[in-house]
Amino acid sequence: MSFIEANNLSVGYEGEAVAENICFAIGRGDYLCIVGENGSGKTTLMKTLLRLQKPLSGEIRYGEEGQIKEIGYLPQQTVVQKDFPASVKEIVISGFQKKCGLRPFYNKEEKHLAEVNMERMGISELQNRCYRDLSGGQQQRVLLARALCAAGDILLLDEPVSGLDPKVTADMYDLIEGLNKEGITIIMVSHDIGAAIRYASHILHIGETVFFGTKEEYLESPEGKYFLEKMTHGDGDVVSFL
Amino acid sequence: MAQLIYYLQFPFVRYAIIVGVAVALCSSLLGVTLVLKRFSFIGDGLSHVAFGAIAIASVLNISNNMLLVLPITIISAILLLRTGQNTKIKGDAAIAMISVGALAFGYLIMNIFSASSNLSGDVCTTLFGSTSILTLKPLDVWLSVGLSVVVIALFILFYNKIFAVTFDENFMKATGSRAQAYNLLIAVIIAVIIVLAMNLVGSLLISALVIFPALSAMRLFRSFKSVTIFSAVFSVVCALLGIVISILAGTPVGSTIVAADVVAFGICSLIGLILKRQ
Repeated sequence: MSFIEANNLSVGYEGEAVAENICFAIGRGDYLCIVGENGSGKTTLMKTLLRLQKPLSGEIRYGEEGQIKEIGYLPQQTVVQKDFPASVKEIVISGFQKKCGLRPFYNKEEKHLAEVNMERMGISELQNRCYRDLSGGQQQRVLLARALCAAGDILLLDEPVSGLDPKVTADMYDLIEGLNKEGITIIMVSHDIGAAIRYASHILHIGETVFFGTKEEYLESPEGKYFLEKMTHGDGDVVSFL
Repeated sequence: MAQLIYYLQFPFVRYAIIVGVAVALCSSLLGVTLVLKRFSFIGDGLSHVAFGAIAIASVLNISNNMLLVLPITIISAILLLRTGQNTKIKGDAAIAMISVGALAFGYLIMNIFSASSNLSGDVCTTLFGSTSILTLKPLDVWLSVGLSVVVIALFILFYNKIFAVTFDENFMKATGSRAQAYNLLIAVIIAVIIVLAMNLVGSLLISALVIFPALSAMRLFRSFKSVTIFSAVFSVVCALLGIVISILAGTPVGSTIVAADVVAFGICSLIGLILKRQ
């Protein structure tokens, strides 16, 4: 039985489909990368997966019995957050909001887990710093720690490395890979096809045609070949990505 | 000083100070959220809606106009904050539309139906709240204090949720929290605060009470908690100063409070700059 499953999913706005006939199924601990060109509906699909909007048709199920309601989410940064006066600790612990329900304050266990998650992301010594004073990479780590507080099983990452320099990008991917190895199921939306092929176990390619399969199947598929050819400017040097 | 003590013997002066402090405290609490959500001007928009509602109430001869003004303002606040992301008319444009529209209709209604001989005086009072804070009755005072206590209690109980929904609404929705409900709560609290604050500074100057404390605090502090606490203190101190100065110097209360806010904001910005240099 698959852990996350989408059947005949169509996503879009106001009745107009942006991407159609999306089917995929992944198991616990898999690493799915969603790729596609600009305008192919990646962001819309992401929003639908997060239940920020309803699918036009089809369904998504999380957990073997569809029982999982919490998804950790690493959003792209918004303009508002860029000058938000908040300490790292305040942001990380806000990931527990759902578990709080109507309880007004965080309990001891949640405070402790927030510490643990900051430790995991290597940002413990930053916990009293102001979010807006941090570098891009550090900010992403803060948001990742918050996502871990919200959900321990599934993480959805929306362009996690956009705007980061190559060194920090590599660190970020290593961090995500580490989480995946701990057993967390990862879904990542990315432009970065190279990284998708290097790290992901499964690839969902959306656009004119939809492809879903393992990374190896993707490299053999027409979509994968076409995309790779464009990325490598036609010299077909796939090996350098692996 | 002796003069101040002399004035304090009058109940209406004491009422003004009590209501002034209560309203200043409440309005500063949500200021941080509003400024960060890019809703700085919602105070202005809603206060004009309240102005329109007051015009209707005075034409209909409703004795306690709070009964009409509060619900109308709350509904407008909900409509405005709901427009958040997925609507055709964006937040700032929607606020501008409602604000100007309500102002125009309010004045129009007052002009057509008003029995008062001093129309421009009435309008001026509603807009700048020139003397109404000095003519408060005990019932008004109790109502203002009661509503303030409710607002402060709600804010403390929902503090963590307000933080989360301000910082990242989508994250909250995605992780399964009811972000919409909290947005609704924020809208209702704001509407209540604005109707309260109209007594103090009138509808034109309400935005100042909402924005200045938050902006000043953000110049100096770097965590949400410290920003919130400082803006509350800032707002209360400025309101007290403003009321005392206006009593002693005979200046209009509302504009004096706002002037105090502006000066204090300047001082905070300066201190912020100096701290950054070091």
